[in-house]
Amino acid sequence: MSFLDRSHSVAGPGFSRWMVPPAALCIHLCIGQAYAFSVFNLPMTKLLGITHSTPNDWNIPELGWIFSIAIFFLGASAAVFGRWVEEGGPRRAMFTAGLCWAVGFFISAIGVYAHVLWIVYVGYGFFGGLGLGIGYISPVSTLIKWFPDRPGMATGMAIMGFGGGAFIASPLSVGLMSMFSTPTHIGVAETFICLGVIYLCFMWVGAAIVRIPSPGWKPEGYVAPVVAQKLITKNDVFVYDALKTPQFWLIWWVLCLNVTAGIGVLGQASAMSQEMFPGHVTAVAAAGFVGLLSLFNMIGRFFWASTSDYIGRKNTYFCFFAIGTVLYALVPWTGSIGSVAAFVTCFLVIISMYGGGFATVPAYLKDMFGTRYVGAIHGWLITAWSMAGIFGPVLVNYIRQYQIDHGVPKAQAYNVTMYIMAGLLVIGFICNFVVKAVHHRFHMKPDHDAELAQIAVGAVSEPAGA
Amino acid sequence: MTASTQRDGSTTPMLVIKLALAWAFVGGPLAWGVTETIKNAMKLFQ
Repeated sequence: MSFLDRSHSVAGPGFSRWMVPPAALCIHLCIGQAYAFSVFNLPMTKLLGITHSTPNDWNIPELGWIFSIAIFFLGASAAVFGRWVEEGGPRRAMFTAGLCWAVGFFISAIGVYAHVLWIVYVGYGFFGGLGLGIGYISPVSTLIKWFPDRPGMATGMAIMGFGGGAFIASPLSVGLMSMFSTPTHIGVAETFICLGVIYLCFMWVGAAIVRIPSPGWKPEGYVAPVVAQKLITKNDVFVYDALKTPQFWLIWWVLCLNVTAGIGVLGQASAMSQEMFPGHVTAVAAAGFVGLLSLFNMIGRFFWASTSDYIGRKNTYFCFFAIGTVLYALVPWTGSIGSVAAFVTCFLVIISMYGGGFATVPAYLKDMFGTRYVGAIHGWLITAWSMAGIFGPVLVNYIRQYQIDHGVPKAQAYNVTMYIMAGLLVIGFICNFVVKAVHHRFHMKPDHDAELAQIAVGAVSEPAGA
Repeated sequence: MTASTQRDGSTTPMLVIKLALAWAFVGGPLAWGVTETIKNAMKLFQ
């Protein structure tokens, strides 16, 4: 398996760095399927009853755990395997992510076929979660190294794929299920097997074409800034030293608060739009609204991350928190005047900034901690997402229910939540405001470099192209 | 996008083909998915 070694993935002459974003997209478009897992929920509640749920069928809360377990292991594996990904190189990580992701689907197919839920938890939840975590961080530092002139744009392109994966997975899964279903059988297991095979091939293509730049490589004509910029370090910080810095935890909270505000809305968008505009927004229109949100979630990843290359990461997050606070505070007003257009506009901008937060953070970390361990540090930061994945939906759902239980009309039941979200973004603004450059005592010392040189690689190689 | 990556700075047709194939490989499915989503999203305005 030496093909997977870091030393075998160093770019030779004639390699274009523009081959690397498609390699990264091969991974992120596949693991982005996680956002579309809900298309299986309803069919999986009727595996025995076929046309209706029987008492022995699985119910929605039980099925909800599949996604939750996967997201938990996404965060855990990104944190635990971050250093392994960084030191082993992107090809080994992408290959492993593809294997875990596909095996997750195959095991889940067995669970569905045998109708044993814990097997699905192990399959999609555990193995799928490992594939998600390793796959998510695998191309990040490679892209940053290939695009030192545009790190935000490069990582934004890959992470945009994670948002876009649901667009492919949703119609593909529905089409496959309808193809394999008969009047006496629902084709979920067969669909899982097909998806596993398709994703395995797709992700291994990504692993095959990815390359790392040879040491000292720079894009043609690129000159690193001579004058030191306050918030862009030229030094590297070791992954476990980064965890000891206040900057890491401030950025952790920045991401967590930005995601908390967006993720709760994303999960409740359909119900919220129908309840805030009863009679105006139908279930079909609400589904269209959810589709638009997903589209802006994807576009925002590329747009905001690319913008951050020009205005700076800290300023980009200032935009998210300032604009987000105003828009969240405006949402109850859009409901009170009955303006669906204003409501939709507010949320499209909010959700673009939610996606932008994910996509801009790798470049923010690179600015603060250098490129050497940025993938591993990013892995630890992903735990903020896992945390937000719990808090966001809980905040929206429970506060809404509390309001309704206390006699607040459904159309106004989200108002308090919106103000709380605006408040969370104010806290995020403050966290971002106090981020300063990392103290030089955390910078890697020469002995650290020597140790790393041993671990690292016989990255021989001829210089790669631009 | 700079397709040229040869050490002498020249562009080779093979490199352009490789780049086109790689981007089509990921761009094709993504474009299909986005089109399907936009078709559904249009129902919001009907």
